[in-house]
Amino acid sequence: MKNKIQLLMGNEAIGQGLIEAGCQVAAAYPGTPSTEILQAVIDRREKAAEPLHLEWSVNEKIAFEVALAASYTGKRSVAVMKQVGLNVAADPFMRTAYIGVKGGMLTIVADDPGPHSSQNEQDTRLFCLQARVPVIDPASPAEAKELIRPAFELSEKYETNIVLRPTTRICHSRQNVSIAKPITLERQANFELDTPRWSATPAFLPALHKKLNANLEKISFEPDWQPRLTSGDNSQPRTALVASGIVYSNLVDLLEELNLNNKIDLYQVLMPYPLNPDFSKNLHEKYDRILILEETYPVIELQLAHPGAVGKQNGAVPREGELTPDVTHQALAAFLDLAPPEEKPEERRGQRPSLCPGCSHRSAFYSIKKCFPKGIYPSDIGCYTLGMNLGAVHTVHCMGACISQGAGFYQAYQQDAGDFPTIVVTIGDSTFFHAGIPALINAVIQQARIIVVILDNATTAMTGGQPVPHMGIAAGNVPTKAVAIEPLVKAAGVEFLEVCNPYENDKFEDLLKNADEYIRSPQGGVAVLIARHGCIMDPAVRKVQDSFLVTIKDNCIACLICVDKFECPALSMDKDKNLAVVNQDRCIGCGTCIPVCPVDAIIKEEK
Amino acid sequence: MKQQIIVSGIGGQGVLFLTRVIAQVAVNQGIPVLTSETHGMAQRGGTVLSTIKIGDFASPLIRTGQADLGLLLWEENFPVHQSILQENGTWIINSPHNSDHISIDAAKIARNLGNAVLLNLVLLGTALKQGALIFTAEECETAIKQLAPKKFVEQNLTAFHKGLNS
Repeated sequence: MKNKIQLLMGNEAIGQGLIEAGCQVAAAYPGTPSTEILQAVIDRREKAAEPLHLEWSVNEKIAFEVALAASYTGKRSVAVMKQVGLNVAADPFMRTAYIGVKGGMLTIVADDPGPHSSQNEQDTRLFCLQARVPVIDPASPAEAKELIRPAFELSEKYETNIVLRPTTRICHSRQNVSIAKPITLERQANFELDTPRWSATPAFLPALHKKLNANLEKISFEPDWQPRLTSGDNSQPRTALVASGIVYSNLVDLLEELNLNNKIDLYQVLMPYPLNPDFSKNLHEKYDRILILEETYPVIELQLAHPGAVGKQNGAVPREGELTPDVTHQALAAFLDLAPPEEKPEERRGQRPSLCPGCSHRSAFYSIKKCFPKGIYPSDIGCYTLGMNLGAVHTVHCMGACISQGAGFYQAYQQDAGDFPTIVVTIGDSTFFHAGIPALINAVIQQARIIVVILDNATTAMTGGQPVPHMGIAAGNVPTKAVAIEPLVKAAGVEFLEVCNPYENDKFEDLLKNADEYIRSPQGGVAVLIARHGCIMDPAVRKVQDSFLVTIKDNCIACLICVDKFECPALSMDKDKNLAVVNQDRCIGCGTCIPVCPVDAIIKEEK
Repeated sequence: MKQQIIVSGIGGQGVLFLTRVIAQVAVNQGIPVLTSETHGMAQRGGTVLSTIKIGDFASPLIRTGQADLGLLLWEENFPVHQSILQENGTWIINSPHNSDHISIDAAKIARNLGNAVLLNLVLLGTALKQGALIFTAEECETAIKQLAPKKFVEQNLTAFHKGLNS
């Protein structure tokens, strides 16, 4: 091994840990902050000691089930997702608690307190409490990696799925991490039939449930997973701090900075569920007051039920958002009666994110809004959520919801027997495959009259460009079969289907109008338009695309259409001259802003 | 030896690369390091912030008023991230204007080199020149060579030297 110590992002450290622990099947659906975990495994696949199957699954439920069956054969496997991905995988996840696994299986679920890049800040640890699945809460990238091999061992000892729950600040932090040689397990796939277990009908479930409960109790006493105590000097008698995850690390630095390290008993909870009942008993006996710091829900706090607990339940610790070092400081100062930290100046918002200059979604959204100014625009999860900056996104809910929401809007309006607004749904290609297909079938059979625009940029763009099923490329650039969108749409019963590059705005707008006529015609139903243009972040797309020097002439009337309504980040107002200007550092020369100008002031020259 | 640094900019400016270079220098010196970064939606041109903690720390995050050094790639972020620096902390700012802080028109220098995104390393060079980092120029060069894609190494080093000799 060339470098024993490497600088790794938390997600890379976890990926490295999976390789080192002999994981042989890894399946994931991308989602911030979890995406780089599978990517890191892909990047290191040559280092694996044994064969390794990797896949970007079509969604999280599928990723979980693929990893689960691999574990039934005795091999080590992992399913990776973000916190809301676990909602998608909830069905198999919940049952797996009862049925168990064979080879070690981990489910790595990355939470996003804040949230930074998610539709909620749900706590996977609480999900695990409800699912009755042990969950590990690492406090640093290096610790996340170190815990992977013992977690597989724990999984095998009890034949149970184990969840590793990193948060954004673990996933997207870098740290010096020790690298070890991957282990060799020499396991051949061997699925041992056990129908009462693997196909357990209700008759078998009470016994399995009983075993689950017995296992959880045993796991709570496992010596390697007990809360870790850093003892104080008794200067704060009968008082303790209890923390888990990144908040524990925030607390360690804070105690050091305040010269309070080793002055007060400090517990790091490694496995927030199941908690050892003796730990709870010990806290009840030894301490009158405990401060509990955890993200995001009071999972440890609820289990401890300590009468002197200070935390989220009594409101002393904020119930929402990240427990940043500043928030931790405030909570600690109040708990120990220290001088409160200086009032933090009111948080100011920075630059909002936008669709990239040259992004074809911008052209599509601009045309949609132009054709149907009174339309309803359900949209979905991805870069194109940013279409809200153009006023062309009215709802964003969860993966695939936009098509069903579009249908729901239609059903509610149409029963009033009057006119109904044009409902234009926008969904990305990856999201369409993930959860859009059943919704499309449903919209067709319920005879919804909506326009579905599939924004096909040939990649999963938001998370950095993971492969999509219709491109014929699998994880690690391996060629595979391509599953095209058009035949799927037709097979779903859609009778209006057109494909267009939204850069060709006139043609795209004509098709939108045709689609509107179709949905309003006697035989009309769901109309699908595929807006197809490669993601501008892909260098191969940029390479084949014409690029111009785009400038703005003095006849600009400062109408702000290009700056506000088209909202390209390369365009802004020069306030002194009262003219729109092009920031050449950011402009990619696509020229899509040119048709937007009502006085033809935006011009292009060959570069 | 401890140092707490923030790197502030907008998505696409090379904040992450600059963060990695600084952290890699620490790793090469055998010093513990932690960083935190912005990924996901905000990377689409929105404000991004990295923190770097060099030395014996447990958390990658920096408390208000604790950072020693701020590298500001996007001047408009100043009011957003100002409070993270200690009162006598050092700011190195990419700006065409003069201010109370150390300013350099790194974007212009980078543009003259043919690529505006190189401003991140121009700014790193300037920080070194001002003695704002606990590392040497040679140590930074090594890290740049390690991390930059092969065909961009020369360009990156040139940008770094432009800052260093500005």
